[in-house]
Amino acid sequence: MFRNTYDSDNTVFSPQGRLHQVEYALEAVKQGSAAVGLRSKTHSILLALKRSTGELASYQQKMFRIDDHVGIAIAGLTSDARVLSNFMRQQAMSSKMAFNRPIPVNRLVSAIADKAQVNTQEYGRRPYGVGFLVIGQDQSGPHLYEFSPSGNSYEYYAMSIGARSQSAKTYLEKHYESFADCSLEDLIQHGLHALRETLQQDKDLNVNNTSIGIVGAPSTHEKTTGVSFRILEGETIQPFLDTMVPKDAPAPAAAPAASTDEDVQMAE
Amino acid sequence: MDHFPTNWGRPRNDAFDAYGTYPISQRPYNGPTTDAFSDGIQHTQQPIVTGTSVLAIKYKDGIMMAADNLASYGSLARFKDIQRLHPVGNNTVIGAGGDMSDFQYIQALLDQLMIEEFTEQDGHSLGPSEIHEYLSHVMYSRRSKMDPLWNSLIVGGFKDEKRFLSYVDLLGTTYSASTLATGYGSYIAQPLLRKAVEGNEDVLTEDEAVKILEQSMKVLFYRDARSLNKYQIAKITADGVSVSESRSVETHWSFAEGIRGYGAQTQ
Repeated sequence: MFRNTYDSDNTVFSPQGRLHQVEYALEAVKQGSAAVGLRSKTHSILLALKRSTGELASYQQKMFRIDDHVGIAIAGLTSDARVLSNFMRQQAMSSKMAFNRPIPVNRLVSAIADKAQVNTQEYGRRPYGVGFLVIGQDQSGPHLYEFSPSGNSYEYYAMSIGARSQSAKTYLEKHYESFADCSLEDLIQHGLHALRETLQQDKDLNVNNTSIGIVGAPSTHEKTTGVSFRILEGETIQPFLDTMVPKDAPAPAAAPAASTDEDVQMAE
Repeated sequence: MDHFPTNWGRPRNDAFDAYGTYPISQRPYNGPTTDAFSDGIQHTQQPIVTGTSVLAIKYKDGIMMAADNLASYGSLARFKDIQRLHPVGNNTVIGAGGDMSDFQYIQALLDQLMIEEFTEQDGHSLGPSEIHEYLSHVMYSRRSKMDPLWNSLIVGGFKDEKRFLSYVDLLGTTYSASTLATGYGSYIAQPLLRKAVEGNEDVLTEDEAVKILEQSMKVLFYRDARSLNKYQIAKITADGVSVSESRSVETHWSFAEGIRGYGAQTQ
């Protein structure tokens, strides 16, 4: 039942110098369905796998818009995520109000990381049971951050969190060097391929279980003309799903992207 | 004002007044405030030590501003070495007319703000438009407390290849234009600046901009009894902020001998 006697209170170190409650919180993130984030020189994108509890239920929302220039994908406890995303929205609005400036993305991430850290130190609290991938665009360009309940936040070229995210990470580690110069379409294709790795054997990505979040100039498959954060769901993601290379095929399109650093030209 | 609706119709204690018949005006929480300071607070009702006009124009390379070095105490020229152009960060200058102690408070406020921004150490910084937005909220919130910061301020700056020039005053009123002037200068110098600058913002060289401001400062010195022939010029360009040493213009007062009708003459 218990790992040992040092795990019932998150403010107590184990003799190994670990905070077990914090590590359990990190486990809660791994229970959530996977989310993947990638960044190029011009875009940041998120992709997430939505779960539903059954035939009769809707799919759980995995992405939230924070502001025009920031969005998040979550893995873990949705209710904790709503608390944090509400806080992030307030921070963003307060920056807009006081300075008429979109809040720098790193400050938003630091702000929630600081909140999470307090929960790992103060008596009578519990860590958040949710991890975020945060994408956004500010004066220093597009960004991708990971936030975790331990109070850590890091910036990444590409990252995945949630259930079976290690498989997606392996894909990303293999291909990340080509992401910087990727077109949006190629970046999304890489993201879908990475997200596909987190699926169970007999499952597939489809318009119902996949969300795509984008900041940056729109793709030719999109109707919008704006560059602000948007979430693509349902039929609008079909053109992107169509670009995927079947897994059992020898992946002719994705392979050259990895080996030659050249952009892959997608069919319309 | 009691902001708790549950208190509006009845006293705090139902045992004391079960039917809510106790006259509202006589309820203890609606009586006179007898706080030690309740009749001891006085808000700013007029400026005391004041600065006069600030001028600012757009020109080819950025923004140029001018303000003299005088802080008056009523009509007395009390302090003659006051700098009224204050750099904030590397892209912005604010110039102030009105109460100089309130201006010093604003300087301290903005310096603190810039330190906080600097300590983030993330490469982001507050530019002129952000500073102006912030200032406008500070000014408006103070006027809403009936305790205004008695200044008219001009915020000039240059950031990301863009010029910024905007005004904010004690009421929180804001506007921008390619020429701005506060105080007496808004009557005397503004028409001169408009004539010289409007339509030429992208053509005027630095030397021409200095000449325009010099000429306007000279006219103000002739006309404005609260001005001083000792002023500074600030320029904000892609290279950053620079505020000049104090300088003056040549003036001739011999014409004053010919003026009749007031003053010390006897005939």
